[in-house]
Amino acid sequence: MEKLYYPDWQIRRILSETNVIAMIGASSNWNRPSYFAMKYLQEKGYRVIPVNPGIEGQQLLGETVYGSLKSIPFSIEMVDIFQKPERVPAIVDDAIEIGAKIVWMQLTIRHDEAAKKAENAGLVVIMDRCPKIEFGRLSGELGWGGVNTRVISSRRSKKIR
Amino acid sequence: MKNKSKQAKPPGFETLAIHAGASPDPTTGARNVPIYNSTAYVFDDVDHAASLFNLQTFGYLYSRIGNPTVSALEEKVAALENGRAAVATASGHAAQLLAMYILMEPGANFVSSPNLYGGSITQFTHTFKKFGWECRFADTANLDSFKNSIDKDTKAIFTEVLANPGGIVIDIEPLSKIAKSEGIPLIVDNTTASPYLCQPFEWGADIIIHSMTKYLGGHGNAMGGIVVESGKFDWAQNDKFPSLTQPDPAYHNLTFYETFGDFGFSTKGRAVALRDLGPTLSPTNASLISTGIETLPLRMERHVENAMIVSEFLNNHSGVEWVSYAGLKNSPYYELAKKYLPKGPGALFTFGLLGGYEAGIKLVESTELISHLANLGDTRSLIIHPASTTHRQLTDEQRLDAGAGAEVIRISVGLESVNDIIADLEQALDKAGV
Ligand SMILES: Cc1ncc(COP(=O)(O)O)c(C=O)c1O
Repeated sequence: MEKLYYPDWQIRRILSETNVIAMIGASSNWNRPSYFAMKYLQEKGYRVIPVNPGIEGQQLLGETVYGSLKSIPFSIEMVDIFQKPERVPAIVDDAIEIGAKIVWMQLTIRHDEAAKKAENAGLVVIMDRCPKIEFGRLSGELGWGGVNTRVISSRRSKKIR
Repeated sequence: MKNKSKQAKPPGFETLAIHAGASPDPTTGARNVPIYNSTAYVFDDVDHAASLFNLQTFGYLYSRIGNPTVSALEEKVAALENGRAAVATASGHAAQLLAMYILMEPGANFVSSPNLYGGSITQFTHTFKKFGWECRFADTANLDSFKNSIDKDTKAIFTEVLANPGGIVIDIEPLSKIAKSEGIPLIVDNTTASPYLCQPFEWGADIIIHSMTKYLGGHGNAMGGIVVESGKFDWAQNDKFPSLTQPDPAYHNLTFYETFGDFGFSTKGRAVALRDLGPTLSPTNASLISTGIETLPLRMERHVENAMIVSEFLNNHSGVEWVSYAGLKNSPYYELAKKYLPKGPGALFTFGLLGGYEAGIKLVESTELISHLANLGDTRSLIIHPASTTHRQLTDEQRLDAGAGAEVIRISVGLESVNDIIADLEQALDKAGV
């Protein structure tokens, strides 16, 4: 499989231009990775709409949980997928249908065929990355935990948003 | 915005040594990373505090767990080793303790090369035993012995690559294959080589340890250690590493590997091991070490150049029975050194005096420029008689195994004018009567 590579400027642009994210597979359990990501992204000023049929209608971190992408009554810019790869194609179909601009698959999740379909429909696709970690990496925050951000700069870091 | 864009060439080692982890301070614009002498950091509100304690957001909380000066250094070393993340500690020994604390359980064991710094042998044999951890020493001349020592409770293979006290290069690539086939990580202590001379992750190591007290800091002025993870080891491939793959009761049932992925090992090291064992690096020492690292490539080049000249001088001296430096063609490790240490096999080596124990003691007591002390990796040249000092606590057999027999002298060749180092050795050898 071809190694995935996304230039920093591309990730930075997505993270700075996006405002509303639907998180498929958001968990209400505080120690699940999706909860971590949702909470962090909210702190950074994104509106994150949780999608999880198991807890449909409940409140999660101040937002109503929806059962599916298509049942969200307002527009979504980015779809962040915390689901097994086999579920990705159906979600991508929904993302195309609701007019999302970006499909983002979480760390370890990759589906090249669905990605191609989304790209052909004009969407931008990121796979096998976490928006929380990428935000932390490009803002320098990830380095606070001793993680190698691979960002080298002689300039003060610019705010992503 | 296609993802087919060409990947930028990664920066060179020299650039990373100076810049990695060390962008200008976003608030003040300070170009060098300041020494943040602060034990704690304010919370915006209780929710922010909760997010920090739960590790849901990145940020500083309390300097036992993280400090901006220290994390700049951690990122720098992670970058130099081409690793994913790192956790700094108060000393090299603390780094070994921290790494093992994450992997081991009472009743577990790890298999180690016996060619180690004497202090590590003591730590592994006696002190770790009190935690219920067993260290099994294998035979580096027979790599099968590593495989044969592994059982269901084995959690890691540990080795130095350029072994202290001297001249021995360990064949780490086959060791990494053994570790891989057993589903356990290979831990490499890269202290004596430094990341400039050897890149253990390229040869399949999974975790790298340093005593930063040595070449990384490089000036004999600060203690420090570090644990670097490659980010490539799959901790969930078996059930050997519950502290990474199972909910952790020490952290309200967080599962570190699942939550933090390729830096889960380091996050565990920081959030649990540093927090609860407490061997934190001070920001002042972190700053001294970071400054040292900026010139690591230059220093290592000269260390190697001087070591080569000094080893040849000793090799030709009539009072010296043998010289064990992997840069010499007569060394049995010459070929391995070319493979693993292509820029030179370090500047720490041993030699044997014809006069044995007595002559050895006389020699180390007679130098005037070279310092008689227990350290290595300083700008200054250092000399020691391991059998009576660093390796004193060991049995005769362990001493021989470790390459620290009675006649052995260890030298850490510094950065003085090489002619002055040689002149000092010459007069001291004279006084030693050899
Ligand atoms: C190879 C090696 N590993 C580990 C250590 C321990 O490091 P520290 O003295 O920083 O605790 C040393 C110290 O001499 C060493 O030489």
